[in-house]
Amino acid sequence: MTKAPILEVRGLDSYYRQGTDTLWRKKRTQVLKKVSFTLGQGEVLGIVGESGSGKSTLAKVILGISRDYEGEIVHHSMRPQMVFQDPYASLNPAFTVGRIVEEPLIIYGKYDVHERKRRVIDMLEDVGLGEEFLVCRPHELSGGQRQRVSIATAMIVRPKLVILDEAVSALDVTIQDQILDLLVRLKKENNLSYLFISHDLNVVYQCCDRVMVMKSGEVVEENTVDGIFDAPQHPYTKKLLLAAE
Amino acid sequence: MKYIAKKLFTLIITLFIVSLLAFLAFQIIPGNAAVLRLGTNGTPQQVEQLKEEMGLNRPIAIQYGDWLGSFLSGDMGVSYTYNMPVEDMIAQKLPSTVALVLLGCLLMVVLSIPIGIFTARHAGGVVDRVMTVLNQVLMSIPPVFVGILFSFVFGITLRVFIPGDFVSWDENITQFLVFMFFPALSIALSRVAMTVKLLRSSLLDEMDKNYIRTAFSRGHSRDTALRQHALRNSLVPVVVFMAVSAAEMVAAGIIIEQVFAIPGIGRLLIASIGTYDFPVVQAIVLILATWVVVVNFLADILSQYIDPRVRLG
Repeated sequence: MTKAPILEVRGLDSYYRQGTDTLWRKKRTQVLKKVSFTLGQGEVLGIVGESGSGKSTLAKVILGISRDYEGEIVHHSMRPQMVFQDPYASLNPAFTVGRIVEEPLIIYGKYDVHERKRRVIDMLEDVGLGEEFLVCRPHELSGGQRQRVSIATAMIVRPKLVILDEAVSALDVTIQDQILDLLVRLKKENNLSYLFISHDLNVVYQCCDRVMVMKSGEVVEENTVDGIFDAPQHPYTKKLLLAAE
Repeated sequence: MKYIAKKLFTLIITLFIVSLLAFLAFQIIPGNAAVLRLGTNGTPQQVEQLKEEMGLNRPIAIQYGDWLGSFLSGDMGVSYTYNMPVEDMIAQKLPSTVALVLLGCLLMVVLSIPIGIFTARHAGGVVDRVMTVLNQVLMSIPPVFVGILFSFVFGITLRVFIPGDFVSWDENITQFLVFMFFPALSIALSRVAMTVKLLRSSLLDEMDKNYIRTAFSRGHSRDTALRQHALRNSLVPVVVFMAVSAAEMVAAGIIIEQVFAIPGIGRLLIASIGTYDFPVVQAIVLILATWVVVVNFLADILSQYIDPRVRLG
């Protein structure tokens, strides 16, 4: 790995509490088992695996949404952001698009109202939405537009690392392509690194540099995209590739 | 604006139907006003004559139109029992009831929202668990009993107010409010418990939603996500419930007025039903119905303001 790392994860174990074990305590299940990887600057690392393999948990742990973990996570960038799968449910229905996109700026508290507004308008334009969307609410938008709003919200604090958790999976194929093009353009313009979580191998093939295959919380194989697609080593990877054809 | 106009139209229709029902109910109930007024000594001729005088022999539709017309112009008729204009009787009793119900609603809002937020924020904590049990208890105690308990504890034992010694608002506003506080709390208490429970579960439901996860990823803490994102959305069912409660409180207020000997609309209503004083009963029923319908109208408007998607539904 010649590129400087932007994220390093070493020996990550993570747990998940669900259901009740004894009277008050919740059952603690291990989700991630000894996950280690490094993401380089400007790199797109795909994470594939079936549902329940721990992909989303990994994303949550990296961003600190889930805190129940052991191991080491080293961020070499500030303000990592995330784009979620379901663009409808992941936007607050009561807020206008303007308010949603502005929110991270409010949280980081760097700019005054006018500067924030200017940046929001710029950002919306950057993701292909005009100023007229400022006053719209999520339910008035199409799936693709909502996902553009999600992307704008993630990008507005100028992160270096963005986690895309099934960011295009809920969209139909033509919209998927548009959003992927947008993501690739934004990455080039801003020298971003993506952690691209997906169950769709075709999408991963289109946009990733390297791929990490996960199964029941463990990394079973990691290689370049070509390596994975041309010469899969692990039987699980082979199975996934077969299913994607 | 179109939404409000539509709701306003429904409101007027509802009130019209209620007025019709309130009027017809007394046409169906056996016994008529002329007989009651004359008592058992009236001869059939006297009854017939009085019925003619009171306009009771006219077709029902005309009687209704007449009644509604004068009602809208502020003339609510004359009480059979007291021979006094109904509007004067009501004007005298209304302020106490209005104060009671408004104070009850105010207590419900200012108590249940902060407590609901607190228990949701500290869900699973000691305070939350104690509140859950306490809520269950408070919910199941009827307002009458709470009223009697308050009279005993704060009236007789602690002497905060003198039970039964009602002070009118134009005599001494402070004493009036101190006196009214306890009956208002009596009717509000079970509703506070229910609202706390509803707000708590509504907030926790919202906190599990995906947009809250997004808020976390943008750098929100659990506390700020709860206050800035979840709270607003969780208020929609709470507002609707509070409107229902505000209507329920009027009903509870009728009983509580008896317990605390408050000369309000509720006591007048009960007395008038006992004496078949139809003009009074009709007027009060219509006033109470108006309150219920108006509160629900306001709740609809408020829900729509909180969550703009409501407009679509």
